[in-house]
Amino acid sequence: MSANINKPRTYWQSVRSRLRRDPVTLSCAGIIIGIVLLSIFAPLIAPANPYDANMLNRLAPIGSPGYPLGADELGRDMLSRLIYGGRISLIMGLLPVFLALLIGASCGIIAGYVGGRTNMLIMRTMDIFYAFPSVMLAIAISGAIGAGIENGLLSLTLVFIPPITRVSESITVQIKSLDFIDAARATGASNSRIILSHIIVNALGPIFIYCTSLVSVSIIIASGLSFLGLGVSPPEADWGLMLSTLRQSIYVNPWVCALPGVMIFTTSLCFNLMSDGLRSAMDVKM
Amino acid sequence: MFVYFIKRLLYALPIAVGVTVFVFSLVYLGGDPLDAVLPDDATAADVQEIKEIYGFDKPLPVQYITWLGRAITGDFGTSIGTGQPVADEISRAIVNTLILAICSALTGFPFAVFLGTLAGYYHGQRADKIVSGFAITGVSVPHYWLAIVLVIVFSVELNILPSLGMGPGGSEDWTLDWAHAKHLILPVIGGSIISMGIIARSMRAAVAEILNQEFVRALRSKGLSESRIAYHVMKNALPSILGVVGLEIGSLMGGSILIETIFSWPGAGFLLNEAIFRRDLPVLQGTILVLAMFFVILNLIVDISQTFVDKRIIRT
Repeated sequence: MSANINKPRTYWQSVRSRLRRDPVTLSCAGIIIGIVLLSIFAPLIAPANPYDANMLNRLAPIGSPGYPLGADELGRDMLSRLIYGGRISLIMGLLPVFLALLIGASCGIIAGYVGGRTNMLIMRTMDIFYAFPSVMLAIAISGAIGAGIENGLLSLTLVFIPPITRVSESITVQIKSLDFIDAARATGASNSRIILSHIIVNALGPIFIYCTSLVSVSIIIASGLSFLGLGVSPPEADWGLMLSTLRQSIYVNPWVCALPGVMIFTTSLCFNLMSDGLRSAMDVKM
Repeated sequence: MFVYFIKRLLYALPIAVGVTVFVFSLVYLGGDPLDAVLPDDATAADVQEIKEIYGFDKPLPVQYITWLGRAITGDFGTSIGTGQPVADEISRAIVNTLILAICSALTGFPFAVFLGTLAGYYHGQRADKIVSGFAITGVSVPHYWLAIVLVIVFSVELNILPSLGMGPGGSEDWTLDWAHAKHLILPVIGGSIISMGIIARSMRAAVAEILNQEFVRALRSKGLSESRIAYHVMKNALPSILGVVGLEIGSLMGGSILIETIFSWPGAGFLLNEAIFRRDLPVLQGTILVLAMFFVILNLIVDISQTFVDKRIIRT
């Protein structure tokens, strides 16, 4: 037997080759990795202590000696604070989506697979939370339970569970109607086996893509909560909080005040572009 | 058709009830709601008395029913911060929020629908790439930051547009003139940017998908002019337009808190922000309930108007 020369490419091989020809997605992934690395190694990279206040250099303009990106309203080095700020801002962007993915995908897959009353119960409950625009839901919960990182994480997780459940449910229903599921059942596969080795494997890709698009929403809302004083508390370095405290100083040194927002914007834009790129590379239709 | 309306109404009812239960329980999410009001040295007898006055001594379901009964008649209690009826404060604020939302919906949204349609038509071509670029930038912008940048550019640097309040001298009596319109420009741009991005993106996807369907090819082969084909495409895209625009008007109102805080716009979001910092729970509850109910009703209107423009929806 001769080896098959024209071996067809596997799904993942073609995804990889499509991604390789997509410079936008690749550079966005690169920027995100860069921001993540900067945050992780912040103590090694940041030129100054992000909490060192110096009243003499308050609101130093961009390019001042010793302050490459200027200084904030307490004379702390902006560059260092921006680097450190990625730590909380990224966690606040990624962790809620990840937690909501675990809970929402489980609920959605169960609802979609079991159907009937279970579906009704789960999906109608989610509908209630759908009656709130996402920003308002996050602010309502955070406002009621109070400020703080943990509370912010909790409220954001709750915000993302309903949409992820909905998407997971509709994907599961679609997959469930395909012939190979019937075939699996005909061979005597149990429900748990069908869910674990057929449904999840096929549903996780599209659900994951959907979640990557939520990360940018999560970063924007999380920073928004901090901006309102509902997230991180001072003197912590967080992009949203920095934007909020610097807002008072826009008449003194406007462009330094806008810097934290540039970081939020860049990160969220890169996540969105990467999500779009992955979606078309993986050929997911939603 | 009529049966469908009734069904749809019945379907919205449990959601509305669920929303009220959630809003009611918000007060208890943060622990004992009286903690915020009572002084630290309150005696047990004082606490008991206050509990009785506010009805906190009764079991939760009873409290919920009482609260709901009052809320339905428009009585949201008195504000802890100002001592005024919450309903008065909310109705004043919600009008101001509506002014912002309607202005955004009338200016930015049609523009976004147009751009998205254009992108869908020229799918993959240069016009599409430009619009898609703008749209993805729009959905990625932290709108509160954009609002600050707009203030920096137009109020601080150029000094041509006001950055605070609804009208000259902080007046809250809104009229339609240039002096008041000037105050609207920045909040409208800042508030609607994300929604515009979302609308453009959904329109692009909807139009591109419709153009791919066979009936369009059939129309083309029939020799129909491009403008007639465009008419058919738009007719089919109308339910999607209604859906996404309705959803985004709701988001505008619900997301108003950040924009209104930045521009000191005395709307529902601004009120909500004040309520959160004063721990003014009746105002917090009332505002969220009213905004959420707006959203429920808006969804209902969208669903029903969708069936008017496309009767096929009823069957699904």
